[in-house]
Amino acid sequence: MELTGAEIVCESLLKEGADVVFGLPGGAVLPLYGALSSYPGVRHILVRHEQAAAMAADGYARATGKVGVCIATSGPGATNLVTGIAAAQMDSVPMVAITGQVPRAAIGRDAFQETDVTGVTLPITKHNMLVMDVKDVAQAIHDAFHIARTGRPGPVLVDIPRDVLLGDKTEFVWPETTKLPGYRIPGKAPEAQVTAAAELINQAERPLIMSGHGVLISHAYGLMTELAEKAQVPVITTLLGLSAIPSNHELNLGMSGMHGMAYANIAIDEADLIIGLGMRFDDRVTGRISDFAPNAKIIHVDIDASEVDKNVKSAVGLVGDLKAVLGQLLPKVEANVHIDWLRHIEELKAQHPSHIVRESDELLPQYVLQRLTEVTQGRGIVVTGVGQHQMWAAQHCRFTQPNTFITSGGLGTMGFEVPAALGAQVGCPDTVVWSVCGDGGFQMTMCDIATAVESKADVKFAILNNSSLGMVHQLQDIFFEKDYMASEYTANPDFVKIAEAYGIRGIRVTEQDQVVDAVQQAMETAGPVIVDFMVKEDEIVYPFIPSGQSVKEMLEEPAPEEIA
Amino acid sequence: MVQTNHTKQHTLIALVEDKPGVLTRVASMFRRRGFNIASLAVGNSEQPGLSRMTFVVNGDDYTVGQVAKQLDKLIDVIEVSDITSESIVTRELALIKVKANQMNRGEIIQIVNLFRANIIDVGSESMVIEITGEEDKINALHNLLAPFGITEMLRTGLVAMVRGQANGLANGNNGHTNRNVDC
Repeated sequence: MELTGAEIVCESLLKEGADVVFGLPGGAVLPLYGALSSYPGVRHILVRHEQAAAMAADGYARATGKVGVCIATSGPGATNLVTGIAAAQMDSVPMVAITGQVPRAAIGRDAFQETDVTGVTLPITKHNMLVMDVKDVAQAIHDAFHIARTGRPGPVLVDIPRDVLLGDKTEFVWPETTKLPGYRIPGKAPEAQVTAAAELINQAERPLIMSGHGVLISHAYGLMTELAEKAQVPVITTLLGLSAIPSNHELNLGMSGMHGMAYANIAIDEADLIIGLGMRFDDRVTGRISDFAPNAKIIHVDIDASEVDKNVKSAVGLVGDLKAVLGQLLPKVEANVHIDWLRHIEELKAQHPSHIVRESDELLPQYVLQRLTEVTQGRGIVVTGVGQHQMWAAQHCRFTQPNTFITSGGLGTMGFEVPAALGAQVGCPDTVVWSVCGDGGFQMTMCDIATAVESKADVKFAILNNSSLGMVHQLQDIFFEKDYMASEYTANPDFVKIAEAYGIRGIRVTEQDQVVDAVQQAMETAGPVIVDFMVKEDEIVYPFIPSGQSVKEMLEEPAPEEIA
Repeated sequence: MVQTNHTKQHTLIALVEDKPGVLTRVASMFRRRGFNIASLAVGNSEQPGLSRMTFVVNGDDYTVGQVAKQLDKLIDVIEVSDITSESIVTRELALIKVKANQMNRGEIIQIVNLFRANIIDVGSESMVIEITGEEDKINALHNLLAPFGITEMLRTGLVAMVRGQANGLANGNNGHTNRNVDC
C-alpha cells in the first residue's frame, strides 16, 4: 500500500489505538488534516487554542490510561503546546504531540512559522524527534507511542515537515518492533533488595506508605491497598496519588505536604519507616528536606532510577515497575497490627481535625466542595486547576475509584481545569466530570468552553469565584504584609452570561443553601454547565507549611474562639 | 538535595546513538540539572551508527550518580558507566602555541623532547607543540612552557578506556551490563 506521509501518520494512529486526537490546523500541518478527513476512525476534536489540545490530551490520558494525542501546526501552533507538554512531563502523562514543520528545504532559514520545536521541547519531553524522511514516519510514530506509554510515561513530540507529510508516496509497512536500543523498561527489582525492604517493613513500629501517581499509572492500587491492610500501615497520598485508595478507607490519611492534612504531616514526622511508592519526594511533599521524616528510614520504589536518592536518601531503593515490585514484596511482608501507632494517629486526627470544614455564615469554598462531593457520592472525575481551589478539592473531595482526581501537580498549570476536564470527559463519556475551577485559571482557558460544547463533552464547571488569584492573595496576606499587588480582579465577567453566550446553562450560587440544588441541577442538565460559586474572598488554605519549612512551622486553621 | 562526602574527578563513558541532536540532548541535560562538565570528547565507536563519549565530571558521589542516571535516561544513550574506580587508560591531546625566538628555541625543543611531544609547526616567533598523554603529563608540559608565553592552547578533553576487557564498556557501578545493542 503506497501512502503519503500524512496517510502513514493516520494509519499509524489507528495501529496505536489512538481513536481521539485534539488539535488545531495550520499551514505546515494541513496535509495531515487533508488525510485525517479520510480516517473517520480517528476522531478529531478542534480546540480554540493549541494549549487546550495538549491539556485535553493530558486529561484524556489520565482519565483513560491511554496515550493522549495532540496536533498543532509549526511555529506558534507548536509553541502553544509547550505548557501542556511541560505539565505532562512533570506529571508523567503519556502523550504524543504531532507538529507540522516547515518544508525540509526551509528549515534553518527562519521561514514563516518556523520554530525549532524539537529544540524548544527538548528539556520538557521524554523524547522528541524530527522526521526528515517519509520512510521513517511509521517507525517514528510507533517509537513515540512506545516511549510515551511505557516505563515512566511522558510526552513525546514528533515534528514532521510539510513536504514529508505531503510528498512522495511510499510503501506503508507497520514496524514489527521499536528501534530504540537505548531504551529499557524496568520490570522487577532485585530480589535481595526486595527482601531488605520487607525486613524493614516487618521491623517497623510506626510505618507509613506514601502513595504517589506511580501507583495509579502502574495499576498497583490493589496491591498497594493489600500491602497496607496486611501490615496495617496507614497510607498517605501525594496530590497526584489521591484517588489510589478510597477516601473512606480506614487506613487512608489523605494528602500530606504543604497543604496536606496536619495529622498526615505529623505522622510523617513521627514515623520510623516511610514506604514511598511511585512518588518523587517533591518539595511540596517534603518541605525542608533536612527536617523531613527525621525519625524514619526510607524505602523508595520507583520505575525511574534517577528518582531514587535524588531528593531524599533511601535505606532501600527499588527500581522497577510498582505492580511487579509490590508483587515481589507482598509475600515477604508479615501480617501486622500496629495497634499503638494506629491509635496514636486517630488521636492526632482528633487533635488536628484539618479535614473538618468549620461552621460559617458565609459561602466557604471548602463547604461548596464538601456538598458537591456528597451529591456525587465520590463518583465521577474531578479535574482542577492550580491554586487554592485545587488544594481545597484535594482536601475535601471524596474518591471511590482510581484515576478520578486529575490535576496539574508538578508544573502547577493554571487553566488546566477547562481543557483537561474536556479531555477526560471525551475519554470517559459515561462519567460525570466536574471541573473545579478558580476564576483566574478559568479565564486563562475558557475559550475552550466552545470546544466542550462543540464536541458534546458534558463537563460541569464549578468556579470557586473569589474574584482574585486566591493563592497569590494568600501568600501576599501572610508573607508580603497584605500587599495585594496584582492579585485582585475588579472586572471579572459575568460567568452566567458567559455560559449563556456559549449556549449552555449558567447558575450563580451566593448562599450555602443553594449549593446542593445547583450541583443537582447541573448534573441533571444535559451538556456543559457553568456554576459560578461566589465564595468568601479572603479565605486561607489551611494547613499550610510555608515553602522551605517543616511540619514544626505548620500553620493550622485557628479555632473559632481564636478568630473571635 | 542529598549531599554526600567530597568532590572528586570522575570519568564516565557513554555509548550513544549517532543521531542529529544527541550532543545537544546531553549538553542540555547537564545544563538543566546544573552539572558541570570538566571535559567532553565524542567520536565514532567500533560499531557503525554508535558514538562513544568520554565525560570528566567533578562532583561528589551523589552528583555523579545523578549525572549517570540522568544520562542513562536519555533515549539516545545506550549505556553509561562511571569507570573512575576501574583500571583504565586515559589520553588527551593538546596543541600548544608558545612564543619562541632564536634565543630560546633550543631550550623549548629540549623540554618538548623530554616529554616525547612533537613540534608540528615552527614560525619566526612561535612554535606549535603537539602532546598526547594523561592529563597530568599535559599539565606538566604546560607549566614548563608557560614562562615562555603560551599564546594559544587547545585540549581535546580526556578519552578513556577500560583495560583488558574484550569489548565495550565496563560493568559500571550503575548496575548496567554490556548488552547487544542490535535489539
